[in-house]
Amino acid sequence: MLWYSVHTGKLWVQISRHPMSSSGSVSIVPTEQRAGRVALFATCLTDTFFPDTARAVVRLLERLGCSVEFPQGQTCCGQMHFNTGYRAKAAPLARNVASVFAGYDAVVVPSGSCAGMVRHVYPDLSVTPGPVYELSEFLVDVLEIEDVGAYFPHRVTYHPTCHSLRMLGVGDKPLRLLRAVKGLDLVELPAAESCCGFGGTFALKNAEVSSAMLADKMSCVLDTGADVLTAGDNSCLMHMGGGLSRLQAGVHPVHLAEILASTEEEPWVTPLATR
Amino acid sequence: MPGGSGPVADSHSRDVILARIRGALGDRPAPRPVPRSYERSRDFPSVLDLFAERVADYRAIVHRVTDPVEMIRSTLAGKRVAVASDAPPDWLVPDVTWLREPLTNADLDTCDGVLTGCAVGIAETGTIILDGGVAQGRRALTLLPDYHLCVVRADQVEGTVPEALARLEPTRPLTFISGPSATSDIEMDRVEGVHGPRTLEVLIVDGGTA
Amino acid sequence: MGDTTRNPVTWLGSPAFPTAAKTALADDQLRRNLKHATGLIRTKRAGAVAELADWEQLRLSGEAIKDDVLANLDTYLLRFEESVTARGGTVHWAKDAAEANEIVLRLAREAGADEVVKIKSMATMEIGLNDALQAGGVTPIETDLAELIVQLGNDRPSHILVPAIHRNRTEIRDIFKATMPGTEDLTNEPVELAAAARAFLRRKFLSAKVAVSGANFGVAETGSVVVVESEGNGRMCLTLPETLITVMGIEKLVPTWQDLEVFLQLLPRSSTAERMNPYTSVWTGVTPGDGPRNFHLVLLDNGRTDTLASTVGRQALRCIRCSACLNVCPVYERTGGQAYGSVYPGPIGAILAPQLGGDMHDKHAASLPFASSLCGACFEVCPVRIDIPSVLVHLRAKAVEAKPRYSPEAIGMAAMSWVMAGPRRFHVAQRLAVAGRLLSRGGKIRKLPFPGSKWTNSRDLPAPAKESFSAWWKRTRG
Repeated sequence: MLWYSVHTGKLWVQISRHPMSSSGSVSIVPTEQRAGRVALFATCLTDTFFPDTARAVVRLLERLGCSVEFPQGQTCCGQMHFNTGYRAKAAPLARNVASVFAGYDAVVVPSGSCAGMVRHVYPDLSVTPGPVYELSEFLVDVLEIEDVGAYFPHRVTYHPTCHSLRMLGVGDKPLRLLRAVKGLDLVELPAAESCCGFGGTFALKNAEVSSAMLADKMSCVLDTGADVLTAGDNSCLMHMGGGLSRLQAGVHPVHLAEILASTEEEPWVTPLATR
Repeated sequence: MPGGSGPVADSHSRDVILARIRGALGDRPAPRPVPRSYERSRDFPSVLDLFAERVADYRAIVHRVTDPVEMIRSTLAGKRVAVASDAPPDWLVPDVTWLREPLTNADLDTCDGVLTGCAVGIAETGTIILDGGVAQGRRALTLLPDYHLCVVRADQVEGTVPEALARLEPTRPLTFISGPSATSDIEMDRVEGVHGPRTLEVLIVDGGTA
Repeated sequence: MGDTTRNPVTWLGSPAFPTAAKTALADDQLRRNLKHATGLIRTKRAGAVAELADWEQLRLSGEAIKDDVLANLDTYLLRFEESVTARGGTVHWAKDAAEANEIVLRLAREAGADEVVKIKSMATMEIGLNDALQAGGVTPIETDLAELIVQLGNDRPSHILVPAIHRNRTEIRDIFKATMPGTEDLTNEPVELAAAARAFLRRKFLSAKVAVSGANFGVAETGSVVVVESEGNGRMCLTLPETLITVMGIEKLVPTWQDLEVFLQLLPRSSTAERMNPYTSVWTGVTPGDGPRNFHLVLLDNGRTDTLASTVGRQALRCIRCSACLNVCPVYERTGGQAYGSVYPGPIGAILAPQLGGDMHDKHAASLPFASSLCGACFEVCPVRIDIPSVLVHLRAKAVEAKPRYSPEAIGMAAMSWVMAGPRRFHVAQRLAVAGRLLSRGGKIRKLPFPGSKWTNSRDLPAPAKESFSAWWKRTRG
């Protein structure tokens, strides 16, 4: 699947089952060509609160041979407005996203929730979404890579966020990526598929129920004995991380991108120093 | 609108509701044709084995016999048992007190049990279906007694729900029975035995002439 | 005629969901009961569904059959009416709860009954039939075990399938001991509790002249009515009394007998996680010599046609009342059903009750669509593929429309939308937000004033980064 070229210093992807290639022959295209023009949609939350995640996506994708653009016109996908009942206020944000990312072959989003909004809700707002991919989808489906060459020597548990799981259907792609990470000790999260209680403005409008859900999620996280809790959405991680931090549990919430970006040469560092 | 005794009194509402429906469907929704790609039948190794296993799963007592008469005798001897008026004569073994229609609710409530045949069985779900046909009687017959012995012929057992439903005449009064009366109302856990017969015993007749 | 303006589908005087939820969350026993029961049924349902390799195909069929019914509802209702009438039944039409109650009361009186036995039915609960009968001098007797527990405990239902799910066995034992004669020595064993209900109700079944039921399905083609149950109380009611009155929502139809082959697979596995429920009864009009001599069928609108008018919301009418969505809902699991203030709780209730009620100015009804984290677990299990999250969001928009235009929330949302509509204002806002770091210690904000306190009461909030990613990109790469 994956081919490393010592000449260019880039990874290449061997295409299997390519419709144009005759059987038996091996066709190889560079990752860059395979992915085309790639843009990063950082999302408003990650841009403002978790820039490490966005930097990690760039580092990871560049390491895999993509050249990544970051269109400066991007803001927010509009999900919070839409899901809270402010359709009309979500529409201009959706139009902005569509125009900013027009013309790219792939828009990579380190959030299942925002990717789901763009892919599944924009048509309902009469906005045509471009080819948007949640990070694990982009890696596994477009680049066809599961081993991204990462190194992360920590005990990690993974929470599949609701929208990545049920709206996008990323399935076990994040887990496949994590299992290939060198040094990583992956522990299964009990009741993993239960919602953490974030739910956008739900966390405020129904703060008590949200907190009760969070408490159960945290006890499952603590049961794993993991040092790091990871997920594909910083929103949910912010919620669970906020609970873990309040408990002073010593479990770090780390976005999947940061784990995958971490290498022996450039390892992940404890976030307290940088955030 | 007081006093009216027939549907005439609410015929106005009928018009209102129909008009509301037509108004509500102003967008003329055109749903896609119903897909029917589910399995109508399944490839079970043995439909009869599966039927026996699934009926027993519901804690019904299951026997497989070639001739039901001996089992009827040994199971019901000495008891007062209700039976449909058109039950096969060979079922009516002498050592049982047979209660034949007309029977009152009190008769049914106080007898020891009931013996019937059935119309169709469903292997996949362990279900017996009564349709008031031969050897089954009216619905109360299999409801009030606390014990039900049901004779099921091999040729009556279908594999799946679709296959079984296709064999039924829907305008007959139908009763689908899957195990003895049960409830999940206490902590969502199934408990056998509420209002219907608390014991269901099934004789699967295979090979002999039923 | 009672109050015809208010639809009783939501309970009068119910507090908004967050307030009711807070009360429910404070009840530790309730939360333990719910966690136990929903956890059990969730695992069992998953097993029952996994047995059928064609489950997704069945769901697709179920969805499409119900969509066909809704799109041609007038045609199917008329066909159904004709079939029922041809087989000796009498069909009545009721626009709303008051009218349906009036019809049932009148029919019960005409049959000379001062007592009716009832099968658990969501439709009759929705219209508040028991209160109407009682007020008219006819005593309703609930015969479903869970309904009986609710009725004897002078309580309200909390689940579609198991209305007493909030009660554990010991609480049920105590209710029975307090209300049923001859139960002094009752233990909390479910088998004994069920036996006590059997003995208590048997006399009622044998003497009742009139039974009232709901319906799970009505077959338009044949006029057949289907009731799916477990205990046999349904069979008692459908078989023994001389008169049977069935109250059925107009959306409960299926076009043909064959269509039932889909729903009789979807429903039991989704609701009680069984391959098949213990008893299913099918009857068509009146059968001489077998069962009731008089059969009345009341077709109920009560907000259904209003719901049908919404192109997004009408899919809620596909619901077959299996309650799988309740059992998997993380919100329902913590609050139970009574917090929803309606006979329809949980995710389906949050989209059905406000639509049937039809009044988004009602603060309680308007709070229901927000009682969800939009996790989507409900949609995943729904046997007729109701996209509950999408309908919730659609109804949230309706709730917002019904609110004052200049509520603090609306102003906030408008401001954020204005800021985020383009990068310039957004980047200015990001730079201003860095001031939020002043509130933080070690990058964490531990305490905010209202409404931020809603978050910080139980969770820390990260402070905005010193430098946003977009600022970093511009500085290093731009």
